[in-house]
Amino acid sequence: MSPLELDLGPLLPEHLSELIAGFILFLIIFAVVWKFVVPKFEETYAERTAEIAGGIEKAEAAQAEAAAALAEYKAQLAEARNEAAKIREDAKAQAAATAAEIRELAQADAERVVASARAQIQAERAQVVQELRSEIGGLATQLAGRIVGESLEDDERARRTVDRFLVELESQPQETA
Amino acid sequence: MPGLIGLLIPLEWTACTADTEHEGFAPGVASFCSRPLWDGAPVEINNQLFQAVIGAVLVIGFWLWMAHGHKVVPGKRQFFGELSYNFIRNGIARDMLGHEYRKFLPYLVALFSFILVNNLFGQFFLFMFPTFSKIGYAWALALLTFVVYNGVGIHKHGFVKYLKNNTIPAGVPWWMYPLIIPLEFLSNFIIRPITLGLRLFANLFGGHLVILVFVVGGTLLLTTTEELAGKPIWLLQAAGGFSLIFSFALFALELFVSVMQAYIFTVLTAQYVATALADEH
Repeated sequence: MSPLELDLGPLLPEHLSELIAGFILFLIIFAVVWKFVVPKFEETYAERTAEIAGGIEKAEAAQAEAAAALAEYKAQLAEARNEAAKIREDAKAQAAATAAEIRELAQADAERVVASARAQIQAERAQVVQELRSEIGGLATQLAGRIVGESLEDDERARRTVDRFLVELESQPQETA
Repeated sequence: MPGLIGLLIPLEWTACTADTEHEGFAPGVASFCSRPLWDGAPVEINNQLFQAVIGAVLVIGFWLWMAHGHKVVPGKRQFFGELSYNFIRNGIARDMLGHEYRKFLPYLVALFSFILVNNLFGQFFLFMFPTFSKIGYAWALALLTFVVYNGVGIHKHGFVKYLKNNTIPAGVPWWMYPLIIPLEFLSNFIIRPITLGLRLFANLFGGHLVILVFVVGGTLLLTTTEELAGKPIWLLQAAGGFSLIFSFALFALELFVSVMQAYIFTVLTAQYVATALADEH
């Protein structure tokens, strides 16, 4: 029996149509799966991936935004604190300055009061001295006139003498003092 | 239409071979003979073609049903569809083919589902016959896979380099070439498609034959009315009952083999494509 005449039994197709039918049916299935099924599934998967990635991105963005806001609030808070401290400092400095100013003013006032008082006293004293002088001069002249027995009132010479005496009198206590 | 009724009661057959010894109900090669779909129909339009067409329609219907109206958050139907799809996509294609898997995914999906549905016909009523126990259908798919993996290999590397990749394994000393080249050629270009087709065919052919032996034989023994080879009738009937019960275990085994063979055929196809695409054999 040559190999060509070998009865292959069920190893050979009963009809060639089996082979052709197998081809055609499979190719139809393949075409449908290739054109409609696989692209659809892959599209869904891609969409899902994109959605998940997008969600993560969004969450990350939100987190970054929140962090930025927090940093901003912190910066603002620090700024506010700084400002408050500065205001406090300023107020303190201003208060000190004001106090110093007031003190100065008071001192100046006091000095002025003292000065005016002194000037008044001086003036009063001068007035008193003036009054005393003329009074004493008059009294002295009167007294001298009584002693001497004649009026010296109109005498030019007498008045000069009295004046000289008075000047001497005036300068005397200062020299001794 | 006696042919269509015959589809419902598939235990009767007529001989299509010279094997006249096993005519009638006796399980044998003749059990796999086709019947014209109706009286006077061409022999090509037979019950097996009919069930293959039904199988293709079921596969196409299933995938179209699973692929429509997708949402980002899947419902029950879409979830099941994705589960089935991912079994091939992630479990076979991506594992075997790496980043190039997307191109071959339609082929693998179609291959797995077509083989699986036709194999399961061997266990389900109406048909009770696995389409791929007819070797013509198995050869068709094996031949297509052969064309596909050689085609993509030649397309990627060019004919000469592809041939070299697949006949001279890396690191073989030159004086081994006279031995290695014929062996590798035989293995990669002849043995692969033949075993691919034969494996699918033989598993289903054998499985179906074993089931026929137990079911038909068990039925005959159970309903026997005369002694056989000196054995009493009650013993024959008991043996028939036992073989019928045991056939359920065989059905379970065949169910497993059906899924297994569909898986193996798809995995090997992916494997052959991956080898053809690899730069070093």
